[in-house]
Amino acid sequence: MPDPSFVFAQSLSGLTAAMFLFLIASGLSLIFGVLRVLNFAHGTFYMLGAYSCFQFVQWLGVGGGRFWVAALAAAATVALLGGLVERLLFRHLYGKEELYQLLFTYALVLILSDGAKMIWGTQQKSVSRPPGLTGASSLFGATIPHYNLLILLLGPAIALAFWFVLQRTRVGRFIRAAALDRETLGALGVNVDALYTWVFVIASFLGGLGGALISPMRATVPGMDTEVIVEAFVVVVIGGLGSFWGTFLGAVIYGQVLSFGILFFPRFSIFAVFALMAGVLIIRPWGLLGRPLK
Amino acid sequence: MALLARVPWGPLVLAAAFCVPAVGSRFYTFLANDIVIWALFATSLNLLVGVTGLVSFGHAAYFGIGAYTTGLLMKKLGLPFLLAFPAAGVLAGALALVFGFFCVRLTRIYFAMLTLAFAQIVWAICFKWNEVTGGEQGMPEIPYPSFDWVAALPLVGGWRTAEYFYFLTLLMVALCLWLLRRIVGSPFGRMLTTIRENAERAEFIGVNVRRYELAAFVLAGAFAGLAGGLFGIFNRGVFPDFAYWTKSSEVLIMTLLGGMGTFYGPAIGALVLIVLNQQITSYTEYWPFVLGVILVVLLFVFPGGLAGAAQAAARRLGGVRRA
Repeated sequence: MPDPSFVFAQSLSGLTAAMFLFLIASGLSLIFGVLRVLNFAHGTFYMLGAYSCFQFVQWLGVGGGRFWVAALAAAATVALLGGLVERLLFRHLYGKEELYQLLFTYALVLILSDGAKMIWGTQQKSVSRPPGLTGASSLFGATIPHYNLLILLLGPAIALAFWFVLQRTRVGRFIRAAALDRETLGALGVNVDALYTWVFVIASFLGGLGGALISPMRATVPGMDTEVIVEAFVVVVIGGLGSFWGTFLGAVIYGQVLSFGILFFPRFSIFAVFALMAGVLIIRPWGLLGRPLK
Repeated sequence: MALLARVPWGPLVLAAAFCVPAVGSRFYTFLANDIVIWALFATSLNLLVGVTGLVSFGHAAYFGIGAYTTGLLMKKLGLPFLLAFPAAGVLAGALALVFGFFCVRLTRIYFAMLTLAFAQIVWAICFKWNEVTGGEQGMPEIPYPSFDWVAALPLVGGWRTAEYFYFLTLLMVALCLWLLRRIVGSPFGRMLTTIRENAERAEFIGVNVRRYELAAFVLAGAFAGLAGGLFGIFNRGVFPDFAYWTKSSEVLIMTLLGGMGTFYGPAIGALVLIVLNQQITSYTEYWPFVLGVILVVLLFVFPGGLAGAAQAAARRLGGVRRA
């Protein structure tokens, strides 16, 4: 039996990873829920969030709460980009075959990630942790960095805020209605076109925020987008595409399976995750908490 | 137009391809070899996407399995090509049977996602199973098949090994494409098209839709495996990214670029994309950016691909002549 403090540290690190995955996957899930499109470019929005955060930190510095300004500015930049892409390009593909929509989002991956390479080069970029959060605490014999602890608190807070937007605001109600029946919603006089743009803006904001917040923990490098999109994809498939709490559950399961899989089958933990996903797809294609499509 | 259609294009192209090492440099032979293998890979995918209407996002899995099979058999067991190459098709087809059994039960986007999930499992195994696959480092130095006995023959001697391998690739791919063409044109192939057009109606007339789809999935996987087997030798090494999801989208782009509605469209897509890649990378390192732009233009302006655009142009020309 492994040392309990080690198990605790491992499960906390799994939870921290889960919070980031939730941020990214919830945007992916939102777009799928409403538009029925798997947005491969979502991972690239996450990467752009990390790069923009690096850039804003370069301009502003990290002290005196300016890291948080930079992170929000980065997320807002990515959100703007997401909205523009939807407005100018993506909207012309609604109603076309899924293959075209999928390939369009892949074209975005190619263009945006190469664009990021043109701007920021191939060298890895790192952002220093905001002052006051550079230390670490000892909890039950495990050493946890303060920044990770903050993420553990921030993740559920953002999840709750997002849930509140979906459940209690006007836009959120429309978004949920559009996921069920877009024609009827349009017939009731709701501007569905504008709503779709908002969905893209919100989803890109969440992805960009995930990238911005992870930039002090992990180096920002080219290629992190195609890696993370697969992870986010696994999360939403396990939890249920389009389901809010499903995504949360999926992220937590993913984080735990990965961090404990490393303990028991060091080399095949990633395999365990994909196998779990395939199992879910075979038994419940719509995910643990999702609802089947009509 | 009718005259053009009567030209025996297949044998002509094959003959021209055989001349490449004689007229072009070593580099052109290399390029042609690359194109020929990808043409088979893209055509095998089209059996699913274009003919049967199943969008697979994990076709690279079978390509990768084929590459590892042939590579392992030739490098570690020293088996001859004539055994190692068909084995790639058999193993990839067998795996496609297992995965496909689950995939064809799902529809549309869920089908695409499950194929992607299985492909990522294959990738993860290739990436981590160091003892067998060499893990992240891959498996370099796959030997060429032995051509000593061919070189000793009169008339065909005197080529380099890479060129012999190119001739061998051409023969194998031509054989596979001919088989695929026969499959698409057969009653079985027609039934696949019927399923693409209206699966419900096919069900009503007594067709076991799932079984047909599974058969198409296995065939497509087997031919992708054969393409992978050739590619591993051609590339002089097998690496886990052969099965990564971005490879699956690359081959989808080729298929789309050439045109999914025609049999030879994907092969043309492979040709155009590889030549473009070669040309553009000599000017700029940002090939993915250019590819992305090409893809966007394709999706918005020529959704039928090059073959679709050519057909539309031919129709317009024909119309003008008649008027």
